[in-house]
Amino acid sequence: MEKIPSHDITPPTVGHHTPGESHTQEMYAKRRHIYVREIKGLFQKIRRSANWALMLVFFLLPWINWGDRPAIWFDLPGREFHIFAATFYPQEFVLLSWLLIICAFGLFFITVFAGRVWCGYTCPQSVWTFLFIWLEHRIEGSRNQRIKLDKQPLNTNKVWRKSAKHAAWLVIALATGITFVGYFTPIRTLVTELPTLEAHGWSYFWVGFFLVFTYLNAGWLREQVCIYMCPYARFQSVMFDRDTLIVSYDKERGEPRGSRKKSLTHTQAREAGFGDCIDCDLCVQVCPTGIDIRDGLQYECITCAACIDACDSVMDKMGYPRGLVRYTTENALEGKKSHILRPRLLGYFAALIVMVAAFAWAVNDRMPLGFDVERERTQLYQTTRDGRISNVYSLNIRNLDNQDHTYRLSVSGLPSVTLDDVVVSVPAGEARLQIVTVLVDASDLTEPSHPIIFTLQAQQDESLRIERESRFLGDIRR
Amino acid sequence: MNNLWGDSLSSFWSAWIIVITLGTIALSVWILLANRRTDKIPDADGNVETTGHAADGIEEYDNPLPKWWFQLFVLTVVFALGYLVLYPGLGNFAGVLGWSQESQWEEEVADAQERFTPIFAQYQEVPIPELARDAEAMQVAERVYLNNCAVCHGSNAQGGYGFPNLTDDDWLYGGEPENIMMSLNNGRNGLMPAWQQLGENNIENLTQYVLSLSNLEHDEERAASGESTFLAACAACHTPSGTGNTALGAPNLTNDIWLYQAPGQSVADSVRQTLRNGRNGHMPAQAAYIGEERVHLVAAYVYSLRFND
Repeated sequence: MEKIPSHDITPPTVGHHTPGESHTQEMYAKRRHIYVREIKGLFQKIRRSANWALMLVFFLLPWINWGDRPAIWFDLPGREFHIFAATFYPQEFVLLSWLLIICAFGLFFITVFAGRVWCGYTCPQSVWTFLFIWLEHRIEGSRNQRIKLDKQPLNTNKVWRKSAKHAAWLVIALATGITFVGYFTPIRTLVTELPTLEAHGWSYFWVGFFLVFTYLNAGWLREQVCIYMCPYARFQSVMFDRDTLIVSYDKERGEPRGSRKKSLTHTQAREAGFGDCIDCDLCVQVCPTGIDIRDGLQYECITCAACIDACDSVMDKMGYPRGLVRYTTENALEGKKSHILRPRLLGYFAALIVMVAAFAWAVNDRMPLGFDVERERTQLYQTTRDGRISNVYSLNIRNLDNQDHTYRLSVSGLPSVTLDDVVVSVPAGEARLQIVTVLVDASDLTEPSHPIIFTLQAQQDESLRIERESRFLGDIRR
Repeated sequence: MNNLWGDSLSSFWSAWIIVITLGTIALSVWILLANRRTDKIPDADGNVETTGHAADGIEEYDNPLPKWWFQLFVLTVVFALGYLVLYPGLGNFAGVLGWSQESQWEEEVADAQERFTPIFAQYQEVPIPELARDAEAMQVAERVYLNNCAVCHGSNAQGGYGFPNLTDDDWLYGGEPENIMMSLNNGRNGLMPAWQQLGENNIENLTQYVLSLSNLEHDEERAASGESTFLAACAACHTPSGTGNTALGAPNLTNDIWLYQAPGQSVADSVRQTLRNGRNGHMPAQAAYIGEERVHLVAAYVYSLRFND
């Protein structure tokens, strides 16, 4: 079988030495530090706006109140999950799995359509990394200044710049930690209690946990998370097809690359045998995962489009048309027609729609009322002095609504079945245990066991109504 | 602690577990170190040695692990060893922290005691008739009742065969707070002797007399001849008029409430059975099981049942 020519996709110094270099015995891959150059451009504007918007949402949401409680509050000790007007309980956890399935299908759908846009524009790892790099740039200076700074021996300038950078990172990481914990415990009390050491021990633990890992992930690990840890990076390629949007270098147009006099016009350069790529290396310098997009599609590429903006800015300067590096598809690159609507995409879309509809139906149809019926375990039945048969049931009534309710209980299923008038008041979010005795005339009982139905109905709200079946046991010897 | 092997593992099984646990860690370390490798050196054409795995013509490179990742693996080994020093895991070695599931359970029980004792102590200050009208206290009390008393007296407290109904006005030992407390704290032994030696004829006469006391259908003649036997043999406990004696726990025979009437059984049959064989009712003392604070609360709960009607 003929070998398909493949590219070495590993970053240059990861993995192998170049011939002639001295072969020090490196036991493990040494990490190459990536100095990301800042670039301006359309896609960076989009990415930055998306980042700011997402961060704003993340940092502000816990501060919004709904009535006298936070609008978003995952109250783990209370086992109540408040999301604006709705309150969910652990019994409804299946909804969470549905939501996660929706997110997964959403991710698959967008990946088939537009590649790894999730990674480049919205993934928290990228968002925080870009924020940290932004701070790095403000404090330590541009790419070249940073490289120079790292080569310098320790001096006051280096010490204070480095400490300022890490201090800034830690402040962001601390804010992230506090905000994260703020989703689980009301943030207003949290921020007043944290400094006075009055907060719960676990609050300190989790604030510290997210502080450390935000700092490590966004400050130190960065692209290593995408390359070595992220499972999504491992399987996203199976969702790609030849019509998936990818960031790609147009080899046809760019090669042969090489530097040339700036005075050459586009046509003159072409005539001189140059492709459009001037080999300025800018696309490599701006890449947050440190790859060279000109080597083709690589799994490290998070389609943040920094290289597109970099190349476009160079093309503008050279007076060449934009788009040497661009969002395109494999088919389009080869001059074939790209199909947007294709079975794979429609399939994911259909699955997504089905899941969203099912979820919407489940949320809408969800009855904020829990009702369990349990027969008395110690006695099958009793005979009353007037000859009737009694069965005892334990009823568990949970008011899952935001309002207090009064429920009326009734029972049916046998002609003479009776139950003392039972009216149960249950405050919002609480549960009540109710023991009831159900009476039936002995003459009704033709079988040792009859099905009966308990109905629980909220007095003020017709929609709150639940039925539960149970068994009524009697004597069969008569 | 009782497990399959008794109080602790025999030294063989203990050693077996230690060998497996430490062996697994050693194996992990060996795999970690054995897979340590230097960078592959490319040949003159820049080709690097691959693992030899190929799928659809795509070959797998054999690149080394990032160093920080290797360090994380080392950290997990250090963690495992540290854990095994601190916590039980190596056979019979209990770990230097002395932690066990049992001690954790005991801690949690102590925690619960610490939280609930003040609540129960607060309730204990309140006299039973007053406590019985405290709805919140009665919700707590109902839980205690359901956990400890419902097995015999039923979830609805209406009792059953051999177990008194706690919701009516008939009390074997009196229904005042102090009587209920006495029953709960110290338990009760209700003993009705067997009267088989009186002979079947006398037993039948007595049965008819007992039925007549609560105006149930009976044989007038036999009842009349049973009266003298009743006064001689039964009146000492049940009183001459048959109204019972709460000091002895002797039931009132005039109110048509029958503790030992099994489902489907006639009153006459039940009385005959009682006379022939006697009865032996036993209410266990609860103070030792649930403590006096809870007894006080449950007593109030039982007392509160009279308000339901």
